[in-house]
Amino acid sequence: MSDATQHGAGQPATRSLHHLDARTKRRNASEKRFKALGIGAIGIGLAFLVILLVTIVSNGATAFQQTFVEVPVYLDAAKLDKKGNRDPEDLKKATTFTYKPLIEKALLDAVEKSGATTDLAKAKDMKNLISASAASQVRDAVLADPSLIGTTVDFKILASSRVDSYLKGRVHRDEIAKDKNITVAQLDLVDQLRDAGIIHKGFNWAFIFGADASDSRAEQAGIGISMLGSFYMMLVVLVLALPIGVAASIYLEEFAPKNRFTDLIEVNISNLAAVPSIVFGILGLAVFIQFAHLPQSAPLVGGLVLTLMTLPTIIISTRAALKAVPPSIRDAALGVGASKMQSVFHHVLPLAMPGILTGTIIGLAQALGETAPLLLIGMVGYIATNSPDGFLDGFVSPNSAMPAQIYEWAKRADPAFYERAWGGIIILLIFLLGMNIIAIILRRKFERRW
Amino acid sequence: MPVLWIVVIVVVLAVVGFVMGRMRALHSAGEDRRSLHSLPNYYGFNVAMFTAVPALLLLLVWMVAQPLIVNTRVSAEIPEALLDGSNMSLVMSDVRRVADGLDTAIAQGALSARQAANIDLQTTDLREVLGSVGVALGSSVDPATLNAAQTYRGMTSTGDLAMTVLVLLAAIAGFAFAYLRTNKDFRARNTVEKGVRVLLIAAASIAILTTIGIVLSLVFNTIEFFRLYPITDFFFGTTWSPSFGGGSELGILPLLWGTLYISLVALLVAVPIGLFAAVYLSEYATKSVRGVVKPLLEVLAGIPTIVYGLFALLTVGPFLLSIFGANGPTAAMADGGWMHAGTAVMTAGLVMGIMLIPFVSSLSDDIINAVPQSLRDGSYGLGATKSETIKQVILPAALPGIVGAVLLATSRAIGETMIVVLGAGAAARLSMNPFDAMTTVTAKIVSQLTGDADFASPEALVAFALGMTLFVLTLGLNIFALYIVRKYREQYE
Repeated sequence: MSDATQHGAGQPATRSLHHLDARTKRRNASEKRFKALGIGAIGIGLAFLVILLVTIVSNGATAFQQTFVEVPVYLDAAKLDKKGNRDPEDLKKATTFTYKPLIEKALLDAVEKSGATTDLAKAKDMKNLISASAASQVRDAVLADPSLIGTTVDFKILASSRVDSYLKGRVHRDEIAKDKNITVAQLDLVDQLRDAGIIHKGFNWAFIFGADASDSRAEQAGIGISMLGSFYMMLVVLVLALPIGVAASIYLEEFAPKNRFTDLIEVNISNLAAVPSIVFGILGLAVFIQFAHLPQSAPLVGGLVLTLMTLPTIIISTRAALKAVPPSIRDAALGVGASKMQSVFHHVLPLAMPGILTGTIIGLAQALGETAPLLLIGMVGYIATNSPDGFLDGFVSPNSAMPAQIYEWAKRADPAFYERAWGGIIILLIFLLGMNIIAIILRRKFERRW
Repeated sequence: MPVLWIVVIVVVLAVVGFVMGRMRALHSAGEDRRSLHSLPNYYGFNVAMFTAVPALLLLLVWMVAQPLIVNTRVSAEIPEALLDGSNMSLVMSDVRRVADGLDTAIAQGALSARQAANIDLQTTDLREVLGSVGVALGSSVDPATLNAAQTYRGMTSTGDLAMTVLVLLAAIAGFAFAYLRTNKDFRARNTVEKGVRVLLIAAASIAILTTIGIVLSLVFNTIEFFRLYPITDFFFGTTWSPSFGGGSELGILPLLWGTLYISLVALLVAVPIGLFAAVYLSEYATKSVRGVVKPLLEVLAGIPTIVYGLFALLTVGPFLLSIFGANGPTAAMADGGWMHAGTAVMTAGLVMGIMLIPFVSSLSDDIINAVPQSLRDGSYGLGATKSETIKQVILPAALPGIVGAVLLATSRAIGETMIVVLGAGAAARLSMNPFDAMTTVTAKIVSQLTGDADFASPEALVAFALGMTLFVLTLGLNIFALYIVRKYREQYE
């Protein structure tokens, strides 16, 4: 265009419009660059997502496999039941220290029988191969059925965490010079035992349903109990946040007069939605624990804190759902003689319900993954080993929660716990994915275009 | 009587009230529904509401107030000698523990009620008795503590009895009041709807209560902290070295520096990527690309922060260390490498930046979409290319909103906890090197308040002052950001 004016009117253009001049080329190149920047930004963002997911899956998948040792243990009556009367009270006196040598001896026998060549000839040398939990596993079996004493029973016991790490490729021969928990000779033996089928890997149900274990027993740690803690917290959040959130939204959307009090509530809700989650933890610590003396580490307290945290999310999405119901519905209800309250509760609320549920599920998912407030109300540093005795006890007995458990594992010194932390994240993400899919299905199935 | 039973009784009364109220209304109308003012159910709800709501409210208030009153009364009785070398909250927790222990002992039959009331410390070893029922005490019971515990038990049991009686009385009185009022001309629906409205207002007010709770819990403990530690040393001190033995230096400046530095790195990652992604998605992308990419990017926002924390600690940290550490390719440029450990400002900042990408891109996307189409059309009509239109028309028009989005992202970054707790390190220092480990306000709140710290020491109370600083900072940023966004929106509506 600018060229044409320069040449003046009446003069025919000397060049075809299809011939690009330098300036146009520059502008087009700049256009392409800009577009490429946009694509690049999206590419980087998506690449981060892929890297994150690949890291999680590749590091965490091994947590679902665990190394086991299959060994027939001879339950020596002379050692376990010295009085010979099979009285359960007397059997209880035999501690795990009595059982340990039996298992080590049994493993040594199995090694000799399998024909493995090794210099390890003492039962004590087997100690590092098996988990410290093996003794209590055998003891529990004996206490449950005293008639086993004197017979040889096949047990599937956990291998020690070093053996497990070795077979998963995390522990290498050249790195264990200073490790007092395993020796090269023992690793050689592990290789032979694996070929003989005595040591093998299996699916790790105990990781999903089991309890956490102390610092020295990475092979035994599971996320089951803290999953239960998370479940109780979500129950508290659902029971409190859904009715309160819906009631508050109904008031604000349908009844609230336009005045200062309403404004105050609105400002508060939008600000609470942006308050850092750790501040809610401080609130929980000061109000629920210091002031109201509720028990520390209890899912009830965690649930209360998370309720306050998710309320703004639920209120905002519920209000959007209520707003989406067209005014004609309300007018029609009022027209046939319903009261304002009846029009809302009988007509508007049921129509808004899918939207409200979607918002609630997303709020719950957010609460499920939240960690920071839980740190302050004592849900870490606590080893979640006992499941609660009964339903009501589950709310007040100390427990952990899934994200808090993951944090706890990430802090521990033994790298074997890192695998558990990643595995825990996989489980957590599966829950979140499930909740979000339910929310999407709800929205798709019940969404209405007015 | 346990609280659960009181609640059950009140609820049962309310259900009975519903049935009886409904029947009485129908009866007064001669079983003819049409001559009632309201639907029969409303008469029932009316009685149920008057039975349950005041009684349960009283129960709630009582349960909050009673421990407070008992605590103040009992702590007034504790002799000064017992406070020597300890503090009130510790002594009171001892007292409560002994009192609860005695109750447990009675419940399990280790002591009779009379024995428990007249314990002589000379003849019984209370610690052993309580130990046998599963209540472990740190030391032998002091006579003064036992005395206070007995007072505590006495007041608590009197209070519990009074509570049971009063709550049940309130329920019965409400029942009788509403039941007697019930007849066919009574405007039951209006009363019930008024009641429901009050409940709705109460639910909406919880947002205000939460804010008040946050502010009060922060303010009181912060004031307590400034009583023990000078306010100027806190705000202007350049050393952070808490030690629970005393002699701590608690200057906030190194923490604020770490917080801002990490946030800066995070924003340097998130803002360009997020902004360009938003521009591409809203201006260039076809509908189908947008429909796939936008939710995928938003997945990043839905991932819990603990996952990012672990990612920083175990993946990004070691990766950066292998490049910038002592054995990396850049080691020759700096003496022994810039980075000495996996946890660093860069680690936390980078990962936090990834987390913030969808935050920036979604907000910017909304804002860019809100720019009226007429502006674009005008620009195209003048012969501008797409990128020229974006750079010279759309971005300037959307700038206030984008600034608002960046401010909101900053507030997110400042308040983020798990990533910095796991990825940034624990050492507080004032350094310019982005590969040094530094720590933040949020990370220190966590470390000062977890563990067995004594809540009355300045080392624990400082966490509340830090929380207060954080709250004020993020609140200020949010309000400012919302103000900008709102002001901008008004221009085009």
